[in-house]
Amino acid sequence: MTAYAASLLVFAGVNALLALGLNIVWGLGGMVNLGLAGFFAVGAYASALVTLRLGCPIVLGVLAAVAIAAATGAALAAATARLKGDYLALVTLGFAQVVQLVAANERWLTNGTDGISGVPGPWRSLLAPVQFDLVCMALCWGLAALCGLALARLAGSPFGRVLRAVREDEMVAAVAGKPVLWFKIRAFALGAGVSGLAGSVYVHFNGYIAPDALDVLLTLNVVLALTLGGTGRMAGAVVGALLLEALTEGTRFLAGAAHALAPVQVASLREALIGIVLIVVLRLRPQGLLPERLRVLPLGRERR
Amino acid sequence: MEGAVLALPAIGFSAVYAVLRFANFAVGSVATIGAFAGWMANTMLGWPVAPSLLVAFVVAGLVGVLGDEAVLRPLRPSGSLTVAIASVALAIILENLVRFWFGNDPRGFNLPVYRDWRWLGLHLGPQQVRDAAAALIAMAALFSFLAFTRAGKAMRAVADNPTLASLKGIDAVRIGRTATFVGLGLVGFGGMLIALDTQVDPLTGFRVLLSVFAAAVVGGLGSIPGAVFGAFLIGIGQEMSLLVLPATYRSAVGFLAILLTLSFRPAGLFGQRAA
Repeated sequence: MTAYAASLLVFAGVNALLALGLNIVWGLGGMVNLGLAGFFAVGAYASALVTLRLGCPIVLGVLAAVAIAAATGAALAAATARLKGDYLALVTLGFAQVVQLVAANERWLTNGTDGISGVPGPWRSLLAPVQFDLVCMALCWGLAALCGLALARLAGSPFGRVLRAVREDEMVAAVAGKPVLWFKIRAFALGAGVSGLAGSVYVHFNGYIAPDALDVLLTLNVVLALTLGGTGRMAGAVVGALLLEALTEGTRFLAGAAHALAPVQVASLREALIGIVLIVVLRLRPQGLLPERLRVLPLGRERR
Repeated sequence: MEGAVLALPAIGFSAVYAVLRFANFAVGSVATIGAFAGWMANTMLGWPVAPSLLVAFVVAGLVGVLGDEAVLRPLRPSGSLTVAIASVALAIILENLVRFWFGNDPRGFNLPVYRDWRWLGLHLGPQQVRDAAAALIAMAALFSFLAFTRAGKAMRAVADNPTLASLKGIDAVRIGRTATFVGLGLVGFGGMLIALDTQVDPLTGFRVLLSVFAAAVVGGLGSIPGAVFGAFLIGIGQEMSLLVLPATYRSAVGFLAILLTLSFRPAGLFGQRAA
């Protein structure tokens, strides 16, 4: 039971990291990013390959994952610099699909659809399975807390202010002398780096990564987590990820009660539920549970 | 051949974008639903392909309108991006409803078997020729709908200038509904054509999603002739890519085409609106 709870919390932590990564790009920068699964994949595979093939320690794998994912993010942001809204959504979604395609087909690198197994975990051989889960949980949430705090600081810093200005009106930010493109690229790289970190944490805990873990549903889950928690607030991202985990695991128990349904039917209902909840949240509480607090200057209210 | 089949979902996607101004990510699932509807008419009722295609059109159009009314239209005031995100959620819901009833097993149509035609050393499957012909007929029907009927003209008016159209007394909500029905109906029609060429399963539509988006973006989002042209371009590009890339990377061609188009001509080849 402890092991089960701990592993759930690890997955929740991975989602929290992903939601934090999305929050920088989308919540602060206003750039939609449906390519999360792609950055997650880049991080996970980079970490797995660096530790397995090159025999590097896990810390190096994690660093490589963050660096490579961030570089990928910067490249994608530079290539899509002029795009907004629907177009950006299309391109980032396409990016994630191409990454999945590469992961499924380049057998020499990624072992194709079989995936890579036996990825080392922190002190896995020294610890009992339960202890390993607990250590991973602590490490994962330590990282998530660190990222969350750092990003919350960043959001309040001049960098975060400019990003919000870009989100609200790019033209105004540019007129104020801010290099909009450079800010966008940095935000995208940062977000992608955090998503890559999530992939790396996932793969070192799970020990296994395969292309079918990288589909659109992963991205949609995180979009739901962030929308649920509230875009723009780092605490919202974390709360949303926990709620999402509670939701998906809660339905697992409900599904256990429904004996009349085939496993594929149960799975399809649980997937559909993610979509339904997202739509309901968008409809009833689009600002999320913890909405962004903006200081509004009382400009022009009293003037006549 | 491939291009003709891709053109219909691309037209549907572009038409919805033209009138309602949002990217409807549910097109992949709607294409799948069309494929399943046509497949049921074909194998369970024993109907031939042509009427089954009509069933695919009607069912997909109705599901599209239903989804739009229940999910997307109430969200329109929150902006096109919110609607687009909601349409991703809708896509997941529809895909899983299909999976709930039909499972993941691939299915095939009941088709008479023909021998390939050979001509100057080229092999041509009669089925592919028929699919292309069906696609061309659907396109011709769409063009006459847009050019000659009242609803079609109103649709073009709303796409062109919504404010002016409403001043002229055109009911934008009703036109939006018509555009959704016709657009997503065509997506379903195209979905069945794709399934005739491949197979019917819950991911039939999703597999071509990137190519469909690419066709619409290359041609210019919101432009119907653009979508047709874009689809042929992507179709040819995917065939040509076989010379240098393994077949599994076909859909990556679409992604490259989107990136190239948006970098050099963001409005697409036929579009007026910039990205």
